[in-house]
Amino acid sequence: MKIVYFAWLRERLNKTEEDIEIPASVQTIGELMQWLKSRGEEYEYAFDNPKVIRAAIDKTHVQPGAKIAGANEIAFFPPMTGG
Amino acid sequence: MSGETVTITLEPIDTNKESKAITAAGGNVGALVSFSGICRADEKGEEISALFLEHYPGMAEQEISAHVEEAKRRWPLLSARVVHRVGRIEPGETIVFVATASAHREAAFQAAEFIMDYLKSSAPFWKRTEGGKREAWVEANEKDERALDRWK
Repeated sequence: MKIVYFAWLRERLNKTEEDIEIPASVQTIGELMQWLKSRGEEYEYAFDNPKVIRAAIDKTHVQPGAKIAGANEIAFFPPMTGG
Repeated sequence: MSGETVTITLEPIDTNKESKAITAAGGNVGALVSFSGICRADEKGEEISALFLEHYPGMAEQEISAHVEEAKRRWPLLSARVVHRVGRIEPGETIVFVATASAHREAAFQAAEFIMDYLKSSAPFWKRTEGGKREAWVEANEKDERALDRWK
C-alpha cells in the first residue's frame, strides 16, 4: 500500500512516500500508526504521539477508527497550518 | 461562472487582478469581499526571513473546492475564488487570497469567513519558518479549530 508523509513526519522519516506490505491484522488507521511505530527508530520518533497525527485515505480526511481496506493511498501529517 | 475557482501556485498572487476578475465574472455583483492573508515578519515574537509552505497536491485543491461549494449552497454567491501560494514566501507577500461576490454584502462577508475558517483547519498545507533561531514547523492554533463551531 502507498503511504505518503508530510511536514515534520516526512522529515523525521526522511521519506515522502513508500510502498509497504501491511499485515492483514492491521485494519484501521490507528492500528496502522501503532504498527508503523514498531518499524524502527525513525518511525518510533515520527509516530511518538499518534494523537496529534492526522490521516487521509485517498485524499479524504479520516478518523483513527477508519478501515484501511481498499485504500490506494494513505497519508499521515501534522495538524494543518495553511491560510 | 468562468475560470478556475481554486488555484495553488508558486508565483506571487496579484490580488488586484484577482479582485477585478471576480467582479467581471458575471452576475449582478453588488458586493465583493476579499481577504488576503499576509506573511508576517515574526512568528511568536521571533523574527523570520520567510515562510515555506508545503501542501498535499490534489487533496488541498479538493478540500478547498468542497468548502467553496458548501459556501455556495449556504449563501447566494455569484462567484468565489481562492488562490493559495506554496513554496517560499517573504514577509509582506500574500499567502492566501479569498474573494466572494454576491448581490448584497451579508452573503459575501459570511461566505468569505466560512471559506477561510475551513481552509485554516482542513486544507492540507503546512508552514515552516525560515531565519529564526531554528527552522521550525508552525504549530496549529486551537483558536482556528474552535472557529468552525459557529458554522455548525
